[in-house]
Order: sequence, then structure tokens, then C-alpha cells
Amino acid sequence: MYNKTIAELAKSLRSGEFSSVELTLAFLDRIKQHGSLNAYVTITEDLALQAAKTADIRLAAGNAELLTGIPIAQKDIFCTEGIKTSCGSRMLDNFIAPYNATVVDKFNSAGAVMLGKLNMDEFAMGSSNETSYYGAVKNPWNINAVPGGSSGGSAAAVAARLAVCATGTDTGGSIRQPAALCGITGLKPTYGRVSRYGMIAYASSLDQGGPMTRSAEDAALMLQTMAGFDDKDSTSVDVSVPDYRAGLNNSLEGLKIGLPKEFFGEGLSSDVAATLEAAINEYRKLGATVTEVSMPSLKLAIPAYYVIAPAECSANLSRFDGVRFGYRCENPVDLTDLYTRSRGEGFGKEVKRRILMGTYALSAGYYDAYYIKAQKVRRLISEDFKRALAEVDVMMGPVTPSTAFGIGEKIDNPIEMYLSDIYTIAINLAGVPAMSVPAGFAKGLPVGLQIIGHYFAEDKLLNIAHQYQQVTDWHTQIPKGFE
Amino acid sequence: MSLTVSEVKDCAHLARLGIEEQDISSYAKDLSGMLDLLTQMNDLDTDGVEPMAHPMDQVQRLRVDVVTEQVDREKFQAIAPQVEAGLYLVPKVIE
Amino acid sequence: MRSQWETIIGLEIHAQLATKSKIFSGASTAYGAEPNTQACAVDLGLPGVLPVLNEQAVRMAVIFGMAVDAYIAPFSVFARKNYFYPDLPKGYQISQMELPIVGIGHLDIDVDGVSKRIGITRAHLEEDAGKSLHENFHGLTGIDLNRAGTPLLEIVSEPDMNSAKEAVAYMRKMHELVRYLGICDGNMQEGSFRCDANVSVRPKGQKAFGTRAEIKNINSFRFVEKAINHEVERQIELIESGGKVVQETRLYDSDKDETRSMRSKEEANDYRYFPDPDLLPVLVDEDFKAQIKAQLPELPQAKKQRFKDSYALDEENATILTASRQLGDYFETVVKESGCEAKMCANWLTGDLLAALNKAGLEIIDSPVGHERLAGLLTRISDGTISGKIAKQVFEEMWQSAATADQIIEAKGLKQITDVGAIEAIIDKIIADNQDQVEQYRSGKDKVFGFFVGQVMKEMQGKANPGEVNKMLKEKLK
Repeated sequence: MYNKTIAELAKSLRSGEFSSVELTLAFLDRIKQHGSLNAYVTITEDLALQAAKTADIRLAAGNAELLTGIPIAQKDIFCTEGIKTSCGSRMLDNFIAPYNATVVDKFNSAGAVMLGKLNMDEFAMGSSNETSYYGAVKNPWNINAVPGGSSGGSAAAVAARLAVCATGTDTGGSIRQPAALCGITGLKPTYGRVSRYGMIAYASSLDQGGPMTRSAEDAALMLQTMAGFDDKDSTSVDVSVPDYRAGLNNSLEGLKIGLPKEFFGEGLSSDVAATLEAAINEYRKLGATVTEVSMPSLKLAIPAYYVIAPAECSANLSRFDGVRFGYRCENPVDLTDLYTRSRGEGFGKEVKRRILMGTYALSAGYYDAYYIKAQKVRRLISEDFKRALAEVDVMMGPVTPSTAFGIGEKIDNPIEMYLSDIYTIAINLAGVPAMSVPAGFAKGLPVGLQIIGHYFAEDKLLNIAHQYQQVTDWHTQIPKGFE
Repeated sequence: MSLTVSEVKDCAHLARLGIEEQDISSYAKDLSGMLDLLTQMNDLDTDGVEPMAHPMDQVQRLRVDVVTEQVDREKFQAIAPQVEAGLYLVPKVIE
Repeated sequence: MRSQWETIIGLEIHAQLATKSKIFSGASTAYGAEPNTQACAVDLGLPGVLPVLNEQAVRMAVIFGMAVDAYIAPFSVFARKNYFYPDLPKGYQISQMELPIVGIGHLDIDVDGVSKRIGITRAHLEEDAGKSLHENFHGLTGIDLNRAGTPLLEIVSEPDMNSAKEAVAYMRKMHELVRYLGICDGNMQEGSFRCDANVSVRPKGQKAFGTRAEIKNINSFRFVEKAINHEVERQIELIESGGKVVQETRLYDSDKDETRSMRSKEEANDYRYFPDPDLLPVLVDEDFKAQIKAQLPELPQAKKQRFKDSYALDEENATILTASRQLGDYFETVVKESGCEAKMCANWLTGDLLAALNKAGLEIIDSPVGHERLAGLLTRISDGTISGKIAKQVFEEMWQSAATADQIIEAKGLKQITDVGAIEAIIDKIIADNQDQVEQYRSGKDKVFGFFVGQVMKEMQGKANPGEVNKMLKEKLK
């Protein structure tokens, strides 16, 4: 039953093939059975069973929604009332959130069953899930490899069938990169499409929540629940939410695909390149035409990102000061000691590195050279996207330069780790939506195809991904040991 | 470009971030590496380009001035490290 | 002050805006609640919360900008000011830095009858911080975040003031203005209206400014004057004894009447301002401005001129009556309802009524004598029913009761006697009884005339029409 899609499960729950309680128990069993993946930080067994019971009543009463009774899991960055919300950090190891994120409220009212909270890089800062206070998550395809990050727990859980689907957040690739490395489908929506209220901020102008699923159709269903205007989030966009499933079966005849030449140059491993070529050929067969496009400012996305994101995070993380919630050091001698030790002991190394970088970039004398410069570069990158997307319907390219790397392989070389986000980061700077779709394997590890679209063209991306998934079966592959 | 140990200390102080003495040089090295990466931006001529603070070209939405929040102090303070008489307690503040 | 030195003062006034809810959250701004019962998730800076801007705060800032004839920015931007302090929950204050909502404007003040224009550099919106309570919690400090997130308008003046007196006049005028506009309750005890002063001195004739010190924590008009005078003295003494003024923040201690350096703020602060990514640029377009302009009350300056022009009031009365909106409204209503000469109405308001209100510590809106009853009283003066002197007596009765002037006049029999026969009989009696004085008067001592008036009025218990008494006395004493 855990291999079924959301639509199939919804059908089974309605036909009485099994109940939500049975389904939930099955998933809870699997989660415990595969605890060594370290995908979950918190398993909310009792609450899940309670929610499943309520869902079964709703299903019986005939007022269920599509997600009612479906076991999902939340990235531990979304605040869940009465439940620990750690954000992968020692700082929040004792933090029982006193309120729900808008996204969590939406899933709750849809009747989805939350199995638990998923592991992640600390405060979403990382590309390997190794910066988590709770330890690295393992990639179900190879337990010695990273699942990617920061939504590594989400990707691993979905790939290993430890949840039907999961939420993720993406600041510089944190949905798409782990989705690619774990062979699942991940969508980063347009900035402002999904409410950020209650989603613990890393870099406010880049963060965006989105679905992580096994198929494009599931992603459409999940996004349907997640998306929408929220008056609690000033950056939420008041644009109506289309029916994301309505256009899934549209023909791709005449689709214009652009391949940014900067995505296929030096740095892209040859096996990933070959896999993508095959995927793009599938699209040709589906009637698409392929042209080359150019994004000249793209190479500066990483430097611009590593000014903007740290700058924003340096302020966003100031609230973790040991006064009102979260970690407080033992016996502070004075106020400065309270701050420096609580923060020094509560945050891990990568978080500190980025806070320091951001503090430096914003400090007197450097603001113009770094922050303003980065914002100008950001505009040029964003204009690159607008120009390129004016010529084509979507762009395609790699998500990552190579497949999943080994746990411990890059953790001591932060710069190398940063550089591996080259294909995902620019999308966040521009704010456009993008997906990662399973496109094959290289040496036994999954490869993701990235599809980038116009602002608010999530329905188009889902249609394009879904059509590919009708003619390929990469997305239905199950890692060994998780069948 | 490189960041000195004392610059790292200054930033750590501004950010009230405790860093072990023996780790400072490693932070200095990592941050210097990042700065090298950042200086690549200088290759791009950005004269006359308007800085971009938000991905979406929108203006601030305004909230109607009504009281909508009823505060449950007990709930909020249940997660606080130290409270007394409804107040959050911190080491003595000297002005 | 010593004559060879010139004092330069600029003020930063923080006015809490009189909104119902906070600037970025839906929590109440009401003063005096139990600690932390008005600090919601957003005010506490819980992980994941986001700010949404209060429309009324923007509206009030624009109203202020219009009242000081200032530039209103079509786009203004909120920035984060980063520093750690326990009363600042997020570790940054949301404020405005590069693009404030209100730009350059001005306010005219009067000092010793001389008018002076004080430049306003800018006014920006920001959130207030909470409060640190230093009472004894086992040597710890308690933090109350009820005030955190209350909207503030920080009004920054140019360094255009040259004496503590001017600074006080500016602060008073500003206090009057924000209350007049209804954007701040002006309650200084509760901290709704606070002021920091930037003070420096320089030798007369020198162009360059001296090094300034910022004095914080000034929460009364009296303290502004004292704190500035003290600081000026300190700086002059320091320089004259060969020392140097250092740029620093000083705290005014009203108990000791001195300023002292704030050690905790001594280190050079680097606030690392940058645009708040959680908030978007604030648009104030022509429509929004037109909408506000349409609702804008007549401003004090314009109203004062109108009072002088259409009611023929003198400068003093016009100034007093336009200091508050309610007083001006009261005055105009009384004029309209009584049909009396405006000047007489003005004198009654600025005289008897304000004196009584001051004595009772009341505002005009709380006046026990409302405009209807006062108008009724004034009507009876102008139609000759009672004299001005009797009117004062009636007014006192009215202050104590709910009776109308007519009821009091009737009940106490205060109606003025205009019966010529009755007055004549009294006058004849007074003349007969005071022959000595009659002789004196007739021999040219005009002053004695007052004696006769007094005697007649006394005899008639003040109820005689004074004009009639004068006329008849003159006739009889010829």
C-alpha cells in the first residue's frame, strides 16, 4: 500500500480496501523499521493515529478531501503547535512550537495525517543534511551517500516510502537537490506562492516551501493544498490558485524547451549529462522543440547568493538569544555571556559561518561592496531569466553537477559544497518556479532533470513532468531494501 | 581577499556568537575562501543597475487596524527558559 | 549661558501613534496591561512569524507629514536595525533608514514673541521596544514585551535650535500638533511622547559644529530644559578646562539633575541596516494622499489665521484657541449658538473657562460646562439681562450644577434692573446720604464718581444696568 500514489490511496480509502488508521500504522511500522536512515527527528505516533481516526470518520461521512487520511510528513522547519519544531538545531531541540505554520494548518484542515517531523540541515543551511544537530540522513539508494539538503529527511523519507509525500523548503535548491539525489519529484514554487508564515526563516527573500513526492501528479495534489494567498505573510502573492491537476494531461506538442548553455558546460559530470540528454530526447519524442538559450550572469549566482542569504540569515537568527524560547546556556554570568554562549553552544558550525559572513557583508564599510553589489547582480540574473523565458516555454538542465556524494566527503570543504548548488541557486534569486524530476540513474544513483518555468507556471511544469512520467518509469523505481 | 582573526572576532561579537578560541583561525580561513568567491562579482559591471531586494515587484499590503490577537501568556511562557511574575528574566541589564 | 559660546540643538522625538493594534501585529496597544499579555507571537519574535504593516500607522505618518508641510515619499522602505538587547525580541528593530515615509518639512515656533522656523529632517515609522524592569528579581532583570511593536513616529529635527528654551518651545509645539492631529495621545508619563536631544557647543562665529552628545531618556518639558542646560554647561566647562567632548550617548538622571555616560552603549555600534526582506516597499500614491487630505483637519496655523480674520481675535486669543482642536471647535460652536460678539466669547473661553478647567485639571472635552450652557450665559450678557460681573457668579453656579444660565438667573433673582424709577430712587437716596462726596465731585474731583457707582451697585446688589446707572448719576450730579 505504501507504493500507491495519493490518488490511488484516496481511492482505496474510499473503497474500504483499507482505512487511514491501517495505512498510518503501516507507515509508522516502516518508519521504525528504517530508523537507521535517520529521516525523522520526531515521530508523532499518537497524534497520527488520532488524525487517522478522524480522517476515517470524515471518509465515512463522505466529506473527505483528496488528502484526507493520507500519511504525510513535515520538514522540521514548519512550526507545529504542541510538537517539537527543531529546525535541525540544538538551539530548538527543546522548542515546542506554540502555533501552527499556515502550511501545517492547511494540511490539517485537509485531513492529512502527519506522521512526524523530518530531519534537515540545521536552519536549512546545507546541501547534504550533514549539518543537522540530529546527525546525517542516509540516502536510501546508498546508505553511505548523502540524501542532499537541506530537505534531506523529506527526500529520503519519500524515496524510502516512509511517508506518502513530504513538505520541503527551498532557499537555494533545498527541495530540488535532495529530490534529485534521492530520485523523487520536488517542486519549488514561485516565490510568494506558498505562505512562509510559521516556516522558520533562513533567507526571507529566497525561502519557499513546496511539495516533495514520488510523482508529478502527487506534487500537483500537494501543491493544491499548500498554495494560496496568506494575509499573515506580506510577501505572499494574491494570485488565484489554478487546478493543478486539470492540465496534467495536456499534450506537449510544440512545447519550446530552452537549454541554458551555461548549465551544460564545465563542471557537469559526463554521466549526468548523458542521462539528461536521454531525458530531453524523450521530450523531443513528445513533440517538443529544443533550442539553446543563454544566461550570461548565471555564474555570479553563487557569489550573490552567498551575500544575500547570509546577510538575511544573520538578522533572522538573532531572535535565538536564549531569552524567550530555545536553548539557554547554563549559569550566564551577565547578559553578553547569556547571548554569546547560548548562541555559541546552540548553533552549529555551518550556521555560525553564515551568520559571520552575513554580519561581515552588512557591516559598516562593506555594505555597498557586498550587499548592494549582490542585489544588483541579483537583478541582472533575474533579467537573464526573463529574457530567456521570453523565448521558450520552459528551460531544462541538471539539478546537480553529479549524483549523490559520500557522507563526509565535502563537509570539511564548505566552498566546494556551495559550488555544487550552481544549477539551483539562480532560480531562487529570480523567484521563478522549478522542479526536479527523476530522469534516470548514473552508477546506480538517481539523476534529476530540472525544469524551470515562468512566474506562476507551476501548472505548466507539472504538466511537463507528468507527461514525461507517463512514458518513463524512473519515478516508480524503489531503492533496494525498501521494496 | 582574506579575513583576519580580529575581523572574525569583531563579527562574532556583533553577532553575539560564542566561538572557541581554537576555532577562530578555521573560521577565518573559510570566510576568506567565501570572500574570494564573492569578489567574482566585481567582474560584472553593475553601474546603473537598480538593486533587487525582492523577487516579486510588489508593494506592501496594509492591514486594517483592528485587534485580532488574544495573547495566551501561559502558553508562550511555557517554552521560556526563565520567567517570573509574567516577566522574562535575564541577567541584570546595566545602563 | 556664557556669551562667547553658541549652543546647537537638534531633537529626535518619538511619538507613539494612537493605533488600536501594533504596527506589525494584531495585538492591542492599550497601556497598562499585565506584563506580556499584549505580546503576541509576532511581538515575541517567535521563529517563523512575519510582520504585516498596519494601515493606520501609515495614514498617521502621512497626516503628520502634511501638517508639517513635508515631502511624503511615494515609496518608503522598512529596514532592520540590528542590535542585541533583551527588550528587542528579534535582535533587530524594524525601522526606516534610507527611504523614510516623511521627508523634509518644518515647524514654526514662538519664543518670547519672536517666530522661528525649525527644519524637520525626516520622520519615519518604526516599532517600539519592550521594557526592562530593574526591580529585584534575585539580581535579574525582568522583561515585559507589551510595548514591543507599538508604532512610533520618530521625528528628527534639523540642528536649528540655539537654546534650551527654543528646544522646549519646539517640543511643546510638536506635542500640541500630534495631539491636535489625533495621531498621538501625548501622554508623557506613559512614554507616549519622548525625546532625545543632540547637543553641541561651538565658539560664536565658528562655522563647524562641535562634537555632539546625545541625551536620552527625556520625558518631560521641564527635563528637556534642565537636561540641555546641564549638558551645555558640562561641555563648555570641559572645553574651557582643556578637555574634549566625545561623541556619546548620555542618560539624563532627573533625580540628580545631571547627565551621565551610558556605559552599555559606549562601544561603537554598527547597526548593519538593510532592507527588511519580510516587508515590501510602502506605496503612498496620489489617491491615498488625496483621501487623507480630504479627512485632514484644518491645521493650527491656518485655523489661527482664520480666527484672526473672521472673528477679529487678537494674536494671543487666536493662539490659545487653536492649540487644541476641541477648544477651537468649542469656541466656534459657542459663537454660533450664542450669536454674541466673537471677541467676548473668546475672552470668556480663554479667561474664566480655561482658568476653571486648569484649576480642576480638566481638558475641554471634559468641561462640566458644555458649549450650550456657556452660549446661553453669554446670550444673557449681550442682551443686557445680566452684567458681566453677575455672569461670573452665574458661571460658578453652572460649574457646580447642571442648571442653565436662565434657570440660575431666575432662581437667584439675578436679573438686571433696568426700571429707571427704581434706579432713580436709589440714586437720590445715595446723593442725599453723601453730601460731602457730592461737594468734592462738583468741585472737580472726577474720581469720586466711581464711589457713587459703587454705592448704587452695592445697594442694588449688582443687578442694576451699569450703563443706565452711569447715565443717570452724571445727570443728577451736574
